[in-house]
Amino acid sequence: MSMIFGVPLAVLSGQLLIGVINGAFYALLSLGLAVIFGLLKIINFAHGAMYMLGAMVTVIMFDVMGVNYWVALFMAPLLVGAVGVLIEYFLLRRIAGQDHIYSLLLTFGIALLMQGVLTNIYGVSGMRYSMPDLFKGGINLGFMFLPYYRAWVIGIALVVCFGTWFMIEKTKLGAYLRAGTEDAQLMQGFGINVPLLISLTYGFGVALAAFAGVLAAPIYSVTPVMGSHILITVFAVVVIGGMGSIGGAIITGILMGVVEGLTKTFYPPASSAVIFLVMVVVLMFRPAGLFGKEA
Amino acid sequence: MSQSFDSTAIHQAILEQQKADGRKKMLLNAVLVLLLVAAPFVLYPVFLMKILCFALFAVAFNLLFGFTGLLSFGHAAFLATGGYTTGYLLTNLSWLSTELGIMAGTGVATLLGLAFALLSIRRQGIYFAMVTLALAQLVFFFFVQSEFTGGEDGMHGIPRGHLLGMIDLSNNFNMYYFVLAVFLGCYLLVQRIVSSPYGQVLKSIKQNEPRAVSLGYNVNRYKVLAFVISAALAGLAGSMKSVVFQLASLNDAHWHMSGEVILMTLVGGMGTLLGPVVGATFVVNVEYHLSQGALRDWVDPILGGIFILVVLAFRSGFVGELQKFFKKNLG
Repeated sequence: MSMIFGVPLAVLSGQLLIGVINGAFYALLSLGLAVIFGLLKIINFAHGAMYMLGAMVTVIMFDVMGVNYWVALFMAPLLVGAVGVLIEYFLLRRIAGQDHIYSLLLTFGIALLMQGVLTNIYGVSGMRYSMPDLFKGGINLGFMFLPYYRAWVIGIALVVCFGTWFMIEKTKLGAYLRAGTEDAQLMQGFGINVPLLISLTYGFGVALAAFAGVLAAPIYSVTPVMGSHILITVFAVVVIGGMGSIGGAIITGILMGVVEGLTKTFYPPASSAVIFLVMVVVLMFRPAGLFGKEA
Repeated sequence: MSQSFDSTAIHQAILEQQKADGRKKMLLNAVLVLLLVAAPFVLYPVFLMKILCFALFAVAFNLLFGFTGLLSFGHAAFLATGGYTTGYLLTNLSWLSTELGIMAGTGVATLLGLAFALLSIRRQGIYFAMVTLALAQLVFFFFVQSEFTGGEDGMHGIPRGHLLGMIDLSNNFNMYYFVLAVFLGCYLLVQRIVSSPYGQVLKSIKQNEPRAVSLGYNVNRYKVLAFVISAALAGLAGSMKSVVFQLASLNDAHWHMSGEVILMTLVGGMGTLLGPVVGATFVVNVEYHLSQGALRDWVDPILGGIFILVVLAFRSGFVGELQKFFKKNLG
């Protein structure tokens, strides 16, 4: 058995794989936060709750109506995205002119409410969701065993991340979004329906979170509180990367997942804290974040 | 336009008005203090102490949020650090008198506050909230994994001990008046800070930070000091709370607690002196009464709903709305 720094290669690569997967989730979530932040200038504290909602909807649709994974992969983000559009239209819009702190607090209240209601109905013990048969089993790469589902998560997360990046940086819709980030009023003057764009942006960002939730359903334990924990970690990731660039959010997310995986291999007790420690170091030496533009 | 104003007369009138307002405020405060002194004869002292501890926590938070405009999402860290430190010391050092244990807890929370402040001050606005939340989570992990906190079980049986080695604090009345005295002292301190020149600079930072910078103020130093004072008072609240309940638990360190203190401040009226006290009283009562009734499982979602309502329709809070009302109808 080959060893690296006193750790069997299979263990190391296994942890690295888990790290990359966690990183894919961090990337998807921080990407959604960055998209929302760009146009609405708010941090969506309900993002974790939307991720949770995506996973819960997947499980509930399967239990109640037998909706399979592939349908859920489209349905859950659509449903949650629609919830997001409603939240933006009926709640966030009403305080759009106020200090951004209020919209942040509003989304926090929404998160508390959603998490609380679902906890009452479904409890905090995890709900089971079996993965589609197609993904059962895995492939032996010689130095490690790669479960098919994990490979799929990494692959599809990268595709979605890249697709979002492409849409924002290279398409006309993306150009509108970026222009809105610069000067929403001017764009309104050019005849673009900015309020609609804002609603859709919030819905899209939230749908990304729900998509991550669907991917998470077969491998993580699905509970109403699954969102709050990962959200705080994602906040640290966002502080590390800075929200200046879409690409930066993706790279930082995956990088932090890997760092977490490595820590789990070499010094397990620090694994839950390591991302926050990285954040402290980044704040000390590069306060704007690795990819940040603001001073 | 040949009309001229007698400026001294106007000035005089304003001063008179201020004096009258000051007298009214003094009268109101005196009545409130008398009520607080009499309260334990009518209501259960431990419940009152819970309210006072959370009121102090909210007053501390409000100094930073309401007056300086910095939204910390990590104040639970100071509450818990104060509580655990005091609890640990009082449990393990039997010779330590209670006030020293509380001072030590406050001291450690103050140092932690300094560390938080120096790091989080490097980012602004929304990032500030995220950084404080993440730092508080780090502190939470530390408490979860440390042996001395008792992990998920919490730290039980903290002795209340004697104040100055003489007054027996296991008597609820003695304990209550001690907590009340500390609370009133801190309240007066915050009142003094807010009305001092230093407090005026804090308010100006909240209203227009670039302007404060352009006037030559070293804004970051003002912010750090405000953060440290706020953390110290929050730590003091946590220290007293652990003595009152003889318990320090992970609940105090959880992000949920950081959210709760925001809600207290917001409901009562951010940026007002009395607001956080009213808000803490309200939230503690809501939680208590809900937990006694048929809705006991619905405390969290109801708090979330209150959060949403307050932000949408009631941003000045109880005290703020009352002030507006009086200004409109009596001013």
